[in-house]
Amino acid sequence: MSPVLSGVLQLTALIAALALVYRPLGDYMARVYGSDKHLRPEKWIYRLIGADPSAEMRWPAYLRGVLAFSVAGVLFLYLLQRVQGILPDSLSLGFTAISPDQAFNTAASFVANTNWQSYSGEQAMGHAVQTLGLAVQNFVSAAVGMAVAIALVRGFARSRTGDLGNFWADLVRGTVRILIPLSVVGALILVACGAIQNFAGIHGIGQLTGGTQQVNGGAVASQEVIKELGTNGGGYFNANSAHPFENPNAFTNLFEAFLILVIPFSLTRTFGRLVGNVKQGYAILATMGLIWLGFTALMMWTEYAGHGAALQAAGGAMEGKEQRFGVGASAIFATTTTLTSTGAVDSFHSSFTGLGGGITLLGMMLGEIAPGGVGSGLYGMLVMAIIAVFIAGLMVGRTPEYLGKKIGTREIKLAACYILITPTLVLGFTALSMALSSPPESILNTAGNSVDGSGAHGFSEVLYAFTSGANNNGSAFAGLNANTPWYNTTIGLAMLLGRFLPMVFVLALAGSLAEQKPVPETAGTLRTEKPLFAGLLVGAILIITGLTYFPALALGPMAEGLS
Amino acid sequence: MNNSVRGTARLLGAGLRALLVLTVVCGVIYPLVVTGIAQAAFHDKANGSEIKAGGRSVGSERLGQTYDLEEKDKDGNPLPDPKFFQPRPSAAGPNTENTRYKLLVSGASNLAADSKVLLDGVERRRTDVAAFNGVSPSSVPVDALTASASGVDPDISPAYARLQAKRVATANHLPAAKVEKLVEDHVDGRVLGFMGEERVNVLRLNVALKELAAAKG
Repeated sequence: MSPVLSGVLQLTALIAALALVYRPLGDYMARVYGSDKHLRPEKWIYRLIGADPSAEMRWPAYLRGVLAFSVAGVLFLYLLQRVQGILPDSLSLGFTAISPDQAFNTAASFVANTNWQSYSGEQAMGHAVQTLGLAVQNFVSAAVGMAVAIALVRGFARSRTGDLGNFWADLVRGTVRILIPLSVVGALILVACGAIQNFAGIHGIGQLTGGTQQVNGGAVASQEVIKELGTNGGGYFNANSAHPFENPNAFTNLFEAFLILVIPFSLTRTFGRLVGNVKQGYAILATMGLIWLGFTALMMWTEYAGHGAALQAAGGAMEGKEQRFGVGASAIFATTTTLTSTGAVDSFHSSFTGLGGGITLLGMMLGEIAPGGVGSGLYGMLVMAIIAVFIAGLMVGRTPEYLGKKIGTREIKLAACYILITPTLVLGFTALSMALSSPPESILNTAGNSVDGSGAHGFSEVLYAFTSGANNNGSAFAGLNANTPWYNTTIGLAMLLGRFLPMVFVLALAGSLAEQKPVPETAGTLRTEKPLFAGLLVGAILIITGLTYFPALALGPMAEGLS
Repeated sequence: MNNSVRGTARLLGAGLRALLVLTVVCGVIYPLVVTGIAQAAFHDKANGSEIKAGGRSVGSERLGQTYDLEEKDKDGNPLPDPKFFQPRPSAAGPNTENTRYKLLVSGASNLAADSKVLLDGVERRRTDVAAFNGVSPSSVPVDALTASASGVDPDISPAYARLQAKRVATANHLPAAKVEKLVEDHVDGRVLGFMGEERVNVLRLNVALKELAAAKG
């Protein structure tokens, strides 16, 4: 079998698996968030929190819940890292406290569902930080994203009320009823294939030629599964999902890609259910699926072609890739991780072909909506849908409406603010970093080190860092030394602002939609469940992103890929 | 003012309590349950898939390791042992090859496709591998020329294993046909016939090779 055919078959198998669970999982999630029953363990949790899970919240109250919970998360995670040095060795593995700037960066990173890592997992974080801190945020930051998405969906589904549901109930249900059960099953599958799951410390194991080598133990599989399922991406090891203890074979590799995609795609079914028209969900799914498939096909094409002086000399794009995965599986994983807010990597994007690296960048720049992060992908896509109906409305001269709600001045303002936040953060911080004197010193692939002396890849390293941070992805062109006070602080800020400012606008939008009375459908209503609309939406997304980032992309990956 | 401060404090308190409760659920109960089941049902795998040979641990099946001589070259890098099949180049550690297969640090080179450093590295490896195995430079496969993603890649391509067979046979005073057969026996196909790439696990191959050499001797 040729490698290309194997790649195509893996892609087909992945799509088939996703299609198989789309309905059952999507319907189940709709029941979870639509139900008014509380499970007994959930009631205990609500009592401990001191929250009434049945109390309806308007958008400001919902937002305050999101922010209070996230602020608590940042503070707790920061402190946990700062006190690592005084924890017993069994909990800290003997690692010292994390420096203030790196601890801030990491706390912001994991609470913002980004999982950017300026540290090497196996050299910095003990069991306590990994399991009590980082893995917990993997669950709850994902549940927060899903909660906000559900609140927006309720905004469309409800009328003449400002109520968006209860944040604590949505948070707890997402965690207890969706993420934990799937994680337990997934983690055991990973262990059965060879991922490790223990609480051993750093210990020596023998070598064939004599002597010993040092290996980390850890609760790896349990963290790996939620890292993918919650589109988090922070690796237990520095090599992330390329490390054989995290991702032992080609099956687990495809399984992990499945875990990344399953909730974001299935949420479109949940959305369709909750707004009372599953076809609306299919249109969103088609848009997401088309972009994801297109990007993946392009990525496979450029990686199999293997352009670039060094790759051509080697005879293929295998630098920074594992033999058990090869080029095809690595290409699938790379677009999957960057079109969602995951950022886990099974191969290192910095060593991809110039155009392949550009595709990972562009995937994040789309705002990670195809299918995007858990929750964040859906609300991001719905904001783009609002923009698309607005554009369509301008073309035909009608007041735009979506799902029976008028898209008026207030809604468009909120949607426009939403889509301006990340580009501002990405381009602003990148420009600042290139203009100042010392941040460029962090670049690995400098102009002097490139074959043609262009330095385009070095610029891409910086652009990638802020694109990844502000879009809450977390993957990297990891040659950049990001563990400096400048990058720790600025990327930390980009991650927090890139996560929570958009949520403010999404919830305000949800509140505004929920207050409206529904507009009756007429012959002139744009049919947003039709392929035409999905096509319009794809076009709007690509054009808006393209116009925003083209100059930056031209300086980096396009210059490298076309030279 | 006083009211809003109190309101904020109460809200933060609720946030903190929610976090602590969920920390117990997701950070204590969940990993303990998974670890418990994993240790009971998949004990060896959960603990790193160690391989034993001659009554002692010789490493993990999942992780690559070095097969070097005591001697060093002029740059102080250990020389590869011709008696063993050699793994892929490793860039684990802070972007140097000197810490290769030091397992505490995993990672890749992150060198760009148009990097002069990578280009030089590829050409140097091509010359080295060809000379070491006594083959023509053009026959060296891509996985022998590029550093892996994890830096601890346990596998090499069947092509790279076949290329090394003759040199390994000579160094161990074994018939080439026997070593070549050993390689073919250790080629793992794609998972389920189509996932990933064909590969040879270097540690398992070397363990079998050592047994073969010992049986002859």
